[in-house]
Amino acid sequence: MAAFTRGFGARRRESDPNLPPGQYLTEDFPVLSAGPTPRVPLDSWAFTIRTEKGEATTWNWDQFQALPSEEITTDIHCVTRWSKLGTHWRGVSLDTLFADVNTDLDFTMVHSYGGYTTNVPLEELLDGQAWITYEFEGEPLDPEHGGPARLFVPHLYFWKSAKWVRGIVMQAHDDPGFWEQNGYNIHGDPWKEERYW
Amino acid sequence: MIVADWRPARVLEVVPANTHAKILRISVPGWPGNAAGQHVDIRLTAEDGYQAVRSYSLASYGPDPVIELGVDEVPDGEVSPYLVEDAQPGDELEVKGPLGGYFVWRPGGEARVQLIAGGSGVVPLIAMARARADAGGPPFRLLYSVRTPDDALYRDEVMRLAEHGIDVTWVYTRGGPPGWTGPIGRIGPNALAAATWPASDAPDVYVCGPTGFVEAVANELVQLGHPAQKVRTERFGGA
Repeated sequence: MAAFTRGFGARRRESDPNLPPGQYLTEDFPVLSAGPTPRVPLDSWAFTIRTEKGEATTWNWDQFQALPSEEITTDIHCVTRWSKLGTHWRGVSLDTLFADVNTDLDFTMVHSYGGYTTNVPLEELLDGQAWITYEFEGEPLDPEHGGPARLFVPHLYFWKSAKWVRGIVMQAHDDPGFWEQNGYNIHGDPWKEERYW
Repeated sequence: MIVADWRPARVLEVVPANTHAKILRISVPGWPGNAAGQHVDIRLTAEDGYQAVRSYSLASYGPDPVIELGVDEVPDGEVSPYLVEDAQPGDELEVKGPLGGYFVWRPGGEARVQLIAGGSGVVPLIAMARARADAGGPPFRLLYSVRTPDDALYRDEVMRLAEHGIDVTWVYTRGGPPGWTGPIGRIGPNALAAATWPASDAPDVYVCGPTGFVEAVANELVQLGHPAQKVRTERFGGA
């Protein structure tokens, strides 16, 4: 048990059973980005999945928009300790995008416009766990929050939900992505507080 | 970089930085040292066991086991009001870190460095300016945007950076000091270009402040020709 901090505790936030350990509730939508916000025109946007066989499956914006989409209502948890409950998103399930992709590899590297990367095991992207989202609360996703489209994998800390996503490359190993090389955990489960190395 | 578990720590000194911010010096036995620009998590524990954690940038760098935070009070917050209004020398809390491996400056490089701060975003840049002042190195510039002179953190220290060869430009968005004849208001592209190293010098740029400030400045820097990979940002607050 930690030592008490004298006089602390008069101001405190409501607790909520949906809040993972060490998180606090916010009504804001804070922004965590390592650099400037990329501007990606829709007419040059594309999303590509590449496999170990060199095969690439690519959707341009119109093809992507023509795919069946889903509404997602869920909580999001940032490693910087804010959580936002009951957020509404629209996107295309990774199950849909991987339906015709043949791969024997178990890991992925997610790539973004601007050069950001993050690693996610394939099994955590499938079975209704992840989407490529393009609407937040009924509006097109703001560039600051990853628009035109971001990966959305809300059961992991939000740095895994790569903004400005442009593709996924299949990997033989769970190599670390950008923040994973800069101090954050390789996996990032908020309920296990997998924040740092 | 393996982050150790929570370290018991003790407040050594609390100094007013302005009317709504304090500088806290905290003794952390076993502190492994930190690079300029890194941050820590601070955990407070109430007598009934309730805990709250927030992240704070460090103004200190190097091996010293006394770390320094510059904390601006967030009016509806729960940790910053305690640190700013209530914390006293001798108070106990816990520290985890150092954290963050990207928004850092390490001596030894040759690239020029442009620091750009909004409000309390100056804290990690103070660590970089101190590291540069101590070690020498490439040319540094600092652009510091504040509402008024009284809203600056580390105002006296920033004033003295020129003695260490660090060129400082102040931007006042609401009101300047007595006798100020310069512009009042948010910095625009022309003033930004005039007060910072040009893209042709290929500087490493560090921008830290509230989200709106950082978004605007980082976008303008890209417009001015700085490669996005050379512009490192740290944002706080909602969008």
